[in-house]
Amino acid sequence: MFKGRDVISILDFTKEDLITLFKEAREMEKHAKSRINILQGKVLALAFFEPSTRTMFSFQTAMLRLGGSVLVFSEVEKTSIAKGENLGDTIRMLDSYANAIVIRHRIEGAASYAAEIAESPVINAGDGTHHHPTQAMIDYYTIWREKGDIEGLTLGVLGDLKYGRAASSFILASTIFKPKKLYLISPQELRVKPEIREFLEEHNVKYVETQNLKEVLGELDVLYVTRIQKERFPDLAEYEKVKGSYRVTSNILKYAKKDLMILHPLPRVEEISFDVDATRHAYYFKQASYGVPVRMALLKLILSGD
Amino acid sequence: MVRKIRNGTVIDHISAGNALNVLKILGIKGSEGYRVAIVMNVESKKLGLKDIVKVEGRELAPKEVNMIALIAPKATINIIRDYKVVKKVRVKLPRIIDGIVKCSNPNCITNRPREHVKPRFKVVSEEPLILQCLYCERYTTREDVVKQFKQL
Repeated sequence: MFKGRDVISILDFTKEDLITLFKEAREMEKHAKSRINILQGKVLALAFFEPSTRTMFSFQTAMLRLGGSVLVFSEVEKTSIAKGENLGDTIRMLDSYANAIVIRHRIEGAASYAAEIAESPVINAGDGTHHHPTQAMIDYYTIWREKGDIEGLTLGVLGDLKYGRAASSFILASTIFKPKKLYLISPQELRVKPEIREFLEEHNVKYVETQNLKEVLGELDVLYVTRIQKERFPDLAEYEKVKGSYRVTSNILKYAKKDLMILHPLPRVEEISFDVDATRHAYYFKQASYGVPVRMALLKLILSGD
Repeated sequence: MVRKIRNGTVIDHISAGNALNVLKILGIKGSEGYRVAIVMNVESKKLGLKDIVKVEGRELAPKEVNMIALIAPKATINIIRDYKVVKKVRVKLPRIIDGIVKCSNPNCITNRPREHVKPRFKVVSEEPLILQCLYCERYTTREDVVKQFKQL
C-alpha cells in the first residue's frame, strides 16, 4: 500500500494508510536512538532548495538509523543550480543516483513536477505555501499517540493560515480524521485560502473562522500554533501590519482546558512565549522529536514495503 | 452586415468584445489562407450585445473550439454546408484544460520559464469559471483568463 509511492500531499493518504504509518512509527520509536538495517544499501537524496533544520536533519537521521545512506544538498550555491541548472535536470540526475528523493522548494507545485519526472518515489518536504505532508503526519501522530482517537476532539489552528504550508496541511488532514470541530483562528489578513475553505465544506468538516483565541480557547483539546511566514509575504508592509498580532502566553492559558495540547511545527518566533514551555500544555518539543520515528516509518514503508 | 458563408463554421453568441480573443484561442492569425469575418458588438436577444466569427472553408471540430468556453461560455458552433446549418453545438469545456491558460499564481512551477512545465487545470466550475491548477492547486478565474488574453 505504501511501497514506491510519492508523498506530495497529505490528501494522497486515507485514514487507514495513516494509522498503518502511525503504528509503524510507534514501533520505530524503539529504534529512534539505535540502528536497524532495514534499508541497508539504499540511498535517499535530500534536495533542500530552501532552509530547513528539523525536516532535513530528521529525514537524514531516520535514513541513517534505518541503515541507509543519504545524499544531501542544502546549499544551492555549492551545486550546479548556481550555474543555472533547472529543477527538472537536477531531479533527473538525483533520480539516477538515489532510491528516493526528498525535496523542499520555494515554488508551489515543485514536488508534483519532480514526481512526474522521477521514477523513484518523491517526498514533498514543503513546496512554497502549498503542502508539507510529512509535517502533518507528525502533527497527527502526536495527537494520536498522546490522546488516542482524533474524532471526538476539538482542534484549533492559530496563526498564518494563508502562507503557512504546515498549517494548510494540518487543516486539510482534518478532512481525513474528522475532528468534532475545527477552529481557524487568524487575523483577517491571514485567513485560510478559498480553495481550502471550499475543500473543508465539500468534506463536511465543521469549522468556524474567528480572530479571537480567548473566546474559543476553553473549547479546544488541541491548539496548533504557527508562525507568521514573513519570507512568503509579497509585500513586507503587509507583514508589518500583522506582525505580533497574536501570542500564546501562560496567562491566557488560564482559560484553557486542563489537558489542552499545544503543538507547533517550529521554528517559533514570538507566537508562543517561553513561559508556556514549562506548562503541561507544551507538546511542541515532543512533537518535534516524533519527526524521526514518523519519517523512519514512512521511509521503511515506501522503500521496503508494508 | 457580413454575407452568409457557403461552407465552414460560424461561431455565434460570443460575449461582446471577445471575438479577437476567440481567434487567439483558435490560433487563427490571418495568414492561414481561409476567409475569416469578424462581427463585433451586434445586438443579440440573449446577450444584449454579441460578437460573431465566421470561418469560410473550414469546419472546426468541437475539440478545437471548446476552449472558447473559457472566455465565451455561451458561444455556439454552427457548421455550414451549402449555406445551411447542418450542425449546431454549444461550446463545452473538457474536464482538464491543457495549456492555453496560465496559472494565476506567479509562484507556481508552471510559471517558471526554465522548467518547461505545461500548465494543466481541473475545471472546478464552468459558470462562474473556476480552474484549479494541477500543480499548485490555486484557483484561476475568468477574470484572470481574460486578463491573460489581453496581454497576448
